[in-house]
Amino acid sequence: MANPTDLTLAQLRDALKAKELTSLEATDAYLACIENAGDLNAFITVTADKARASAKASDAKLAKGEGGPLEGVSLGIKDLFCTEETLTTAGSHILDGFHPKYESTVTSQLWRDGAVCLGKLNLDEFAMGSSNETSYYGPVVNPWRANGSDAKLTPGGSSGGSSASVAAKLCAAATATDTGGSIRQPASLTGTVGVKPTYGRVSRWGIVAFASSLDQAGPLTRDVRDAAVMLKSMAGHDEKDSTSVNRPVPDYEASLGQSVKGLRIGVPKEYRIDGMPAEIETLWQSGIEWMKDAGCEIVDISLPMTKYALPVYYIVAPAEASSNLARYDGVKFGHRAKDYTDILSMYENTRAEGFGDEVKRRILIGTYVLSAGYYDAYYLRAQKVRKRIFDEFTDAFGKVDLILTPSAPSAAFELGAKMNDPVQMYLNDVFTVTANLAGLPGASVPAGLDKDGLPLGLQLLAKPFDEETMFKGMYALEQAAGFDAKPDEWWG
Amino acid sequence: MSIDKDTVRKVARLARIAEPEERLEPLAAEISGILGWIEQLNEVDIDGVEAMASTVDMELPMREDTLQAGPTGGGQAENVTANAPKSEDNFFVVPKVVE
Repeated sequence: MANPTDLTLAQLRDALKAKELTSLEATDAYLACIENAGDLNAFITVTADKARASAKASDAKLAKGEGGPLEGVSLGIKDLFCTEETLTTAGSHILDGFHPKYESTVTSQLWRDGAVCLGKLNLDEFAMGSSNETSYYGPVVNPWRANGSDAKLTPGGSSGGSSASVAAKLCAAATATDTGGSIRQPASLTGTVGVKPTYGRVSRWGIVAFASSLDQAGPLTRDVRDAAVMLKSMAGHDEKDSTSVNRPVPDYEASLGQSVKGLRIGVPKEYRIDGMPAEIETLWQSGIEWMKDAGCEIVDISLPMTKYALPVYYIVAPAEASSNLARYDGVKFGHRAKDYTDILSMYENTRAEGFGDEVKRRILIGTYVLSAGYYDAYYLRAQKVRKRIFDEFTDAFGKVDLILTPSAPSAAFELGAKMNDPVQMYLNDVFTVTANLAGLPGASVPAGLDKDGLPLGLQLLAKPFDEETMFKGMYALEQAAGFDAKPDEWWG
Repeated sequence: MSIDKDTVRKVARLARIAEPEERLEPLAAEISGILGWIEQLNEVDIDGVEAMASTVDMELPMREDTLQAGPTGGGQAENVTANAPKSEDNFFVVPKVVE
């Protein structure tokens, strides 16, 4: 038997069903890997005892030939999902000691289907960041390093713990969330697969809110099949989320390997940006050739509103965040300042101590753009430009079935490199943020390595609720790219 | 548009975040930089365009106005206050607000 941590989630699932190994063996192997990978700082909390107990329960079911579609497989959970009685931090000091009394809908569905929780994964504070450096618990380190260098690189953000732990095989798969690119950019920077579903496909209930009209949860996995398996369990209607859409969840795994012949693939010229490494352009061209070879029709399209997507995002997201984060006041949960003279100074000191610099900056921007006198000039204008971006995609999807672009404008960069320039950091999400504003599904698939041996991803966007076509395309890309590079295990 | 130190002070007060005096100037510079970059939105023609708050094209679902079962239901003051930094008899405890 191979090392259980070398198996993909789907392989592990099948091996468990075939009784080739037990969930406890796999879970113990993962816990050992996690213990050995402290250098990566991927986990905030490891729930070893709980993991072993649920692995044993899964083994009892598997022994009787019973169990759900994920029975016994070991997952990492981004620490933005509330988990009952298990510390949930959102990467923030302000949620110190928060042990939710309820379970998020997504995680409860994963446990319903038999999955085992290994622990909670590090992230940018409140998912605000593109490098995992804003976490109160310190940055996550990418398992990948540039050839001949031992410089520490970012695993992307905000789902940096998710991407690093999947790339370093510390879990079979992970949950993640994506508000502007926080699943797809980390996937691109770590050679993993990340899927942001259509807005409304996955319930947001029990996920710590950042920007409610943009947030959507999805899987981060080693390959496309694993993402299909995970999404099936994560998706579905939930009455507790009023934006959750009531329509059946397809069997995404069944889409894999279906012919992509005749699919129309849109290639938007505006996704060619200044300063983008030539390798990314070359890889994109390879992607176009691969899809053409698979029988797709390539269609040049134009999305001229693309350049305005990030500025729109940096009004809408901080505005929504400033409202959502008003609940952290030192009264209901988490941290409360020790020094204060009255209730106002208690709020102000609690929030000053509890939030990090990036979160404060965004709350201030959000408060400013929503304040009297500026609302129309900033917030209302941004919502109108958002509508134009949405309309542009609706028109484009009248002509094409999928859109192919690079996932991120660069490979993994060094920790610290962009922390002093917020706008440079924000540009990481230039290719991903449009899908959040328009509510579209998007995915990153690893497609190649750059000159330094670092992974690069390609992104596919699809029509709302057409994840099945997206998975078909993702599988075709994966087959053609044949990406099988792995990071050298330098940690531990 | 660039914003000054006094505006940052005012916004920080609205946001209930204590920002020390020496942080106001650097924050004004940082936020002005970001707002300056955002200003490119002024190039876009938005005449007659409706503002978009949600991408989901559906009516807000309605339900009977009755107590729900489970974590969103009632009768669980203990759970609601369990994570409070300070609580007493299932009440949140805060500094005195009425003299």
